[in-house]
Amino acid sequence: MGGETIRALDGVDLSVKQNEYIAIVGTSGSGKSTLMNIIGCLDQPTGGEYQLNGTMVSLLGDTALSVARNRDIGFIFQSFNLLPRATALQNVIQPLIYSGLPRKDRKAKALAALEKVGLQGREGHLPNQLSGGQRQRVAIARALVTDPAIILADEPTGNLDSNTTAEIMALFDGLIETGHSIIIVTHEHDIAEHCSRQITISDGKIVADTRVGAAA
Amino acid sequence: MNRHFENLALALSALRANLMQSILTTLGIIVGVASVITVVSVMQGFSSSITGQFENMGSNTLVVEPHVPFRERISGVRAKLTYEDFEAISRRVDDIEIIVPVIYQMPGTLKYRGEQASLQFFMGTVSAYAELNNHFPENGRFLIPSDDTYRRKVIVLGSDIRKDLNLPAEPAGEYVELNSQWYKVVGEMEAQDSFLGFSRNKMVIMPFQTAVGLLREKASEKMQFMIRVHNIDDQDRVKEQIKRLLRKRHNIGPNERDDFKINSSDQMREQFETVLDGVTFVVAAIVGVSLLVGGIGIMNIMLVSVTERTREIGICKALGATRNDILVQFLAEAIILCLLGGLIGIGIGYGLGAVVELAIPGIPAVVVPFWAVALSLGFSSLIGIVFGIAPASKAANLDPIIALHYE
Ligand SMILES: Nc1ncnc2c1ncn2[C@@H]1O[C@H](COP(=O)(O)OP(=O)(O)OP(=O)(O)O)[C@@H](O)[C@H]1O
Ligand SMILES: [Mg+2]
Repeated sequence: MGGETIRALDGVDLSVKQNEYIAIVGTSGSGKSTLMNIIGCLDQPTGGEYQLNGTMVSLLGDTALSVARNRDIGFIFQSFNLLPRATALQNVIQPLIYSGLPRKDRKAKALAALEKVGLQGREGHLPNQLSGGQRQRVAIARALVTDPAIILADEPTGNLDSNTTAEIMALFDGLIETGHSIIIVTHEHDIAEHCSRQITISDGKIVADTRVGAAA
Repeated sequence: MNRHFENLALALSALRANLMQSILTTLGIIVGVASVITVVSVMQGFSSSITGQFENMGSNTLVVEPHVPFRERISGVRAKLTYEDFEAISRRVDDIEIIVPVIYQMPGTLKYRGEQASLQFFMGTVSAYAELNNHFPENGRFLIPSDDTYRRKVIVLGSDIRKDLNLPAEPAGEYVELNSQWYKVVGEMEAQDSFLGFSRNKMVIMPFQTAVGLLREKASEKMQFMIRVHNIDDQDRVKEQIKRLLRKRHNIGPNERDDFKINSSDQMREQFETVLDGVTFVVAAIVGVSLLVGGIGIMNIMLVSVTERTREIGICKALGATRNDILVQFLAEAIILCLLGGLIGIGIGYGLGAVVELAIPGIPAVVVPFWAVALSLGFSSLIGIVFGIAPASKAANLDPIIALHYE
């Protein structure tokens, strides 16, 4: 629409192994969310290729992409993206519906996920009845509830106080211990340092890819 | 299946969110279905009463009546049948089981001890009429041959008339006044279903010759012959014989038209059915248009709804909803919307049918057949599918990333 083409990402070559704990940092507008969308099978690169678990994602059909998003990936959006007319509980149940879990098992699983993020007692609230931090935690619970191999978190602690941030990071640490991979976009230095790998993006290009000591 | 059940639940919750708007949207469907149900229920009442009437009369019945084309009639030409025609047919045409002359005269006013009733018509006929029409007296007696011979001023009442005039339960022997002349009541006919608004329960029957005496020269314009043939296979031949006989008696030249009409009861039933079919067709057209309008309304509101919920759709896709999930959800929403309209329409249709039944006296009982309800609901769902498919596939084909960024 603007006329001039913006290369949100340009010449990115990145390989993520199982059980990695990655932080992506970079200035605003540098292309972090765009990269996450591609990894999360929401967006397709205009050039180049992306393989997920050895499958060329560009070759997947619409339904296969949906299945991959549901089964392999838990996406925590920068802007939460909660369903506005659904309660916290219904929001967390939603991905379980698409994964075909029987009705009776869903509620228990969703409640457990909400409890993990410290939202017990709030399951009946609509998103607009929750604070920013609470919404963010609903979004985190929704990403975790299907137990996906890859968690993509676009600034998951942006709206959280330091205590809650620590709790969420502890939650992520636990996931790393059980073999999950986590990719976090963050502006917070502490969190970036907490991860085992730090990728810096600037103007759509990876300018640094450093491995730090194992997660604390 | 389980999954689609969930999609259905999602559709329902979306509809509940704007219930009033949803109902208004289905107005076209409501109007369409309500008119189907109203008209079908009234028509069903009519056609079952017609069928009943013709069953009473028997399918091997012919009616001969004077007839001139409308254009000649307005220039004063009158066709006639005479008692001599009647006698000629009885004598010369074979295979007739019963032949009865009938004179219809309408309307009239009937009085009894200060009570007054207006008649739809009164009728002059002979004793065999009862057997031919399968219509017998409830109490008292019907006409007998000597009533005709002596031109007796006797009368048999339709069952409603007796009630209207507050006559005793066994009215035979009472005297009533018809158009300023006194008649002795000899019997009361059994009640019958009314027939296209004509109710035999609201007429009186007098001896044929009495009616002739009353109407004089006009009698032959009002005269009809009802004929029952022995065997339905003979019907066409009997018709042909009557036709030839009457043409000869009326001096009708080879290129001139008949001045009479011979209807078989089957034919009359066909005529009524043609009328009913015509009405049904007109109604079907109205319904078709309102369903089309309703469908477009549904499509419109669904397209708006898809646009409004673009972001939600993007979220669901990001969470793993397949194209099918979204398609089923929105299609279900459109179908439920239409079914809702259909159900409301059926309710209103039932109501209107009942109102029509109350408002028009003598109309047959309103019947809403199960098939009309099933058909209405089926059609509503079909409209939902046809007009829901475009918005639903628009929703299903949204690119998740574009949908997520939709403001
Ligand atoms: N839908 C879009 N259409 C056009 N350009 C876009 C679109 N989405 C993102 N961009 C552009 O792509 C570039 C990268 O955007 P992206 O959202 O990935 O940045 P980001 O690194 O996540 O920034 P932030 O830290 O503010 O979230 C930006 O220049 C942005 O303007
Ligand atoms: Mg971003």
